[in-house]
Amino acid sequence: MQYRRRILDISQKVTALHAAPAFSCVEITDVIYRGLMRRAPDGKGFSDAFLMSKGHGCMTQYAILEALGILSSEELDRYCTPQGILGAHPDRGNPGIEASTGSLGHGMGIAVGMAHAEKILRSGKRIFAVLSDGELQEGSSWEGAMMAANLHLDNLLAFVDLNDIGGLEKMSQSHTAFYPLREKFESFGWESAEVNGHDCAAMHQAVNARRGGRPYALLCKTVKGRGVAFMEHVPIWHYRSPSKEEYAAAIRDLREVSA
Amino acid sequence: MRNTFAKTFLEAAQEDARLCVVVADISPAGAMDQFRKEFPERFINTGVAEQIMIGMCAGMSMRGLKPFAYTIATFALYRPFEFIRDDLCYQDLPVTVVGIGGGVTYSTLGGTHHAMEDVAIASAIPNMRVIAPCDPEETRAATQWCVAQEEGPVYLRLGKAGEPLITQNAKPFAFGKVRLLREGRDVCILGYGPVLKLGMDAAAALEKRGISVAVASVHTLKPLDREGIAPLLAGFPKVVVMEEMVPHGGLGNAVKALAWESGARCRIDCLSLQDKFIHFYGKHDEILRAHGISFDRVVQLVGA
Repeated sequence: MQYRRRILDISQKVTALHAAPAFSCVEITDVIYRGLMRRAPDGKGFSDAFLMSKGHGCMTQYAILEALGILSSEELDRYCTPQGILGAHPDRGNPGIEASTGSLGHGMGIAVGMAHAEKILRSGKRIFAVLSDGELQEGSSWEGAMMAANLHLDNLLAFVDLNDIGGLEKMSQSHTAFYPLREKFESFGWESAEVNGHDCAAMHQAVNARRGGRPYALLCKTVKGRGVAFMEHVPIWHYRSPSKEEYAAAIRDLREVSA
Repeated sequence: MRNTFAKTFLEAAQEDARLCVVVADISPAGAMDQFRKEFPERFINTGVAEQIMIGMCAGMSMRGLKPFAYTIATFALYRPFEFIRDDLCYQDLPVTVVGIGGGVTYSTLGGTHHAMEDVAIASAIPNMRVIAPCDPEETRAATQWCVAQEEGPVYLRLGKAGEPLITQNAKPFAFGKVRLLREGRDVCILGYGPVLKLGMDAAAALEKRGISVAVASVHTLKPLDREGIAPLLAGFPKVVVMEEMVPHGGLGNAVKALAWESGARCRIDCLSLQDKFIHFYGKHDEILRAHGISFDRVVQLVGA
């Protein structure tokens, strides 16, 4: 996987992109797209659906869609330029993008609606969503979680990117009542498990081991900025592009991790 | 209006399996209860949770269904506002948000249940269309349009129940087109919603005094029928705009702007709710009166 490298390269063309929150969900998003989602019969897209609820993680989604041949490299090169169509949050209608996200706490509701629609349509399709820990502070996320269980949406799989760093500070220090999270999901009627969100094999295994019959939350413990040592756990990289010197250092330092 | 909406929706839903309703803990009146019994999967009650009501509608629409969100207007539009903006309007999804009790219909329930600014707020969002029918028959026609359309989001503002018919002599409803309910020569009343009944009553009373009053339902507030309204502003010496909405961001402002742009020379008077939360509890007509909207006031304004 060269996704982080690709994202760092793009970071040199635009003044700002969400590098660190993209880096925390690289393995999560990759395991969903390449390990779990079922391809459409025509082999081009997917029959299951993916929703990047944490819209600021979309650089990772773009890089993966590029690798899958769904998004062209030319288009990704035009990221955040007037000639292109890709912005710093996903836009519905762009190749591979199901929903426009960016405002947090919206993805859960949309995913619940999508999952229930597939139930009504008897399609057997599943909905995969990547959520941030921060957006689980939004009440709307829990309205959706409760409703998903009420509707018995066992075709909904939510992956929570637990990178612990909000816009301002560490949630584990500032919002201690956010934890324990797994018990919250389970008391809302979900099945859940907790894994290392940079360990693709562990995430794959966890999903395959689920009992089913209920919506499923995989709580993925991650490191914000994962892969570049000086970005890891440092809030400023939520929304900052590295300078030329920082870029060079990041490339030297880069560890494309998948273990 | 509520029952006519439900009946019309049920009839359409029996033909179109994509039609669904997502409500937020509001009791399904009349035919809506039958819809629930016939199609339990397609009737979803999120409970007292309006954000997920809108979010679910968006997700269902993305997967090919045609959902309607349905609850009291304040909770349909204000509570989940950003979800309506981002999930429905930004993504231009064909979802109808039905607001029951537009204006001060829920007269005794207090300001928390008064949708006094809904038309202004809904109209402000790009891609949103706004329809406010004036009687049950117009509600039927507007609902038929909503269930058939697949272009984008709609805010359908309804009253409650028991509104009298006032569109018997009008030409058929057409989305986006002003609809003449009554011919006249001297004054033209423009308005929308059940409050237009006062305009019809005033017109009938003034006829006996020799004043000929036309009444038009501007049921589609967005997009506004500029081509249909401009000739009325040019053709009448006087126009009175009536709306059960705050004085800003609604039909009154729009008509005045259009008059300026089209060079109309008519006099324009506007009657609306006041820009105030009035702590008044009484019947619907009584709270309207407290806001300054009454039969006498309309007669006075139109006949002056």
